[in-house]
Amino acid sequence: MASRIEILNDGGFRSDGRKQYELRDISFDLSPQSSADGSASVSHGLTQVVVSVFGPREAKMRRETIHDRANINVEVNVAPFSAGERRRRGRGDKRILEFGSIIKSTFEPVIQTSLYPRSQIDIYVQILQQDGGVLQACVNATTLALASAGIPLLDFVCAVTGGVHSTSPLLDLTTLEENDVPHVTVAVMPRTGKVTLVTMETRLHVDRFEEIFRLACEAGKVLHKEMRAAVRERTGVLVAAIGAAPRGTSAGMDAGDRDVVMDERIDDY
Amino acid sequence: MRPPSPSIPEREFLFTSLKQSLRLDGRQLLEMRRPTITFGTELGWVECSLGKTRVMAAVDAKMVKPPPERPYEGLITIHSEVSPMASPEYEPGRTSDEEVAITRMLDKILRRSDAVDKESLCILAGQRVWHLRLTIHCLADSGNMLDCACLAGIVALKHFRRPEVEVVGNEVTVHPPTERAPLPLSLHHTPLCLTFAFFPESSSRAATSTSSTKTTTVLDPSLLESTLSLGFLHVALNAQRELCVVQKAGGVPLTEDEILPLIKEVAVAKVRELDAFVESRLKEDWEGRKMFVEVR
Repeated sequence: MASRIEILNDGGFRSDGRKQYELRDISFDLSPQSSADGSASVSHGLTQVVVSVFGPREAKMRRETIHDRANINVEVNVAPFSAGERRRRGRGDKRILEFGSIIKSTFEPVIQTSLYPRSQIDIYVQILQQDGGVLQACVNATTLALASAGIPLLDFVCAVTGGVHSTSPLLDLTTLEENDVPHVTVAVMPRTGKVTLVTMETRLHVDRFEEIFRLACEAGKVLHKEMRAAVRERTGVLVAAIGAAPRGTSAGMDAGDRDVVMDERIDDY
Repeated sequence: MRPPSPSIPEREFLFTSLKQSLRLDGRQLLEMRRPTITFGTELGWVECSLGKTRVMAAVDAKMVKPPPERPYEGLITIHSEVSPMASPEYEPGRTSDEEVAITRMLDKILRRSDAVDKESLCILAGQRVWHLRLTIHCLADSGNMLDCACLAGIVALKHFRRPEVEVVGNEVTVHPPTERAPLPLSLHHTPLCLTFAFFPESSSRAATSTSSTKTTTVLDPSLLESTLSLGFLHVALNAQRELCVVQKAGGVPLTEDEILPLIKEVAVAKVRELDAFVESRLKEDWEGRKMFVEVR
């Protein structure tokens, strides 16, 4: 049997070269899909997830409508090529259904559903690559997709995974680490610091849990800064494109030039 | 058909009484209903009830050939069924969100937490292992079926006795219970589940971000309380203060300081009590059966 890979070596480095509290490379890409009302592609290291949001729109199934709120529908699809071994998971797979219902209950109190009664907001999650921290990536991607769709939210929801290796806490675990080490996924709302989601499936002593729980909450706030920067950047691009930038900025033509162009075109007719 | 939601007077009454720390059935906020455990004549058949919530669990064992990737471990499958008998909300055939949640939680608590020592279920490596089937039937839903189902499941596993097996070379002889006393399963630990329900101060659905919002926490919610609550926290732990599963899926956002004491103090204490209760009931039942076991 091959020698086991050390989760955390004496120098304080993990198997992929990171330090204990270091998060993986994050990339946030807003609106990669123009056909959806909002979409986001998030990758934490090698884990990649794409979320598309449609809505609020008229509910497809009449019986799912609620008279004073919007109905949120979440569907999760795991690509068969996403994990190490190719495996096709049916849509009725309990694990996937559970994922969907966790995401739904996480966002139900955050989306201001009372603004859109009798309508439906559809969230489609597509998991493209799995390397640990899949739920974390799904939650982050859903937040960004909802923001890019312009759906009013009470706050961002930022998720992070944390684990404990003997007594040292680790953040943002890869698959290798998740298989070995008890881990927990925590999602926080950064403005108030309150926690919306906590899931842990592995055995962990209560005292260790407290440590890693507090740490993960802190890490969530760090992620918030990155997510806000991504949303700001995207908004900046949109604002420049529609020419709504305030006058006096160097972006594009100024008012005088624009009027000239219009007049020229009229003369052509 | 959507089940009718509770009426406005019911909702207002519940919220107002909770603000005054009163529960409709007279319990304290963090008081559980008294669990009752009834054992059937067969070993491994248990019916557990928390107030009016009743769940039945049965364990069955048979010998099978293990899968090639794990030749030294036994197999455990959990089959849980929530029939419309439990409550008209559950339809046969369609798995509702609650059913999926219950099945997944049971799977995590009883299987993924390694409660049962799977290696002890091995009879002949690569050829014969025990396949335990735990069947859970939810009979009546009066709130908090998950805790009841977990309790029934783990008690059934503790109660069950498997026939003794003798292995000579490659030959396997199974001794029926009439010849040799059956053996208990070897369990690493006893996970028990607790559910907390949250009710924020304001009765509007969106919990605003003001830090002065006080949340009322209730342990072991009744049916009305679970329908009207705005968030649940499921904690499964054992008496050795090890957490097996923690699940707070959305619902009311809470601060760390609200969640941690619930887990560290309340849950630990309650599980200790429950564990002692389970042990005492199992001992009582075993004393009752001992009279019929003849030891030669």
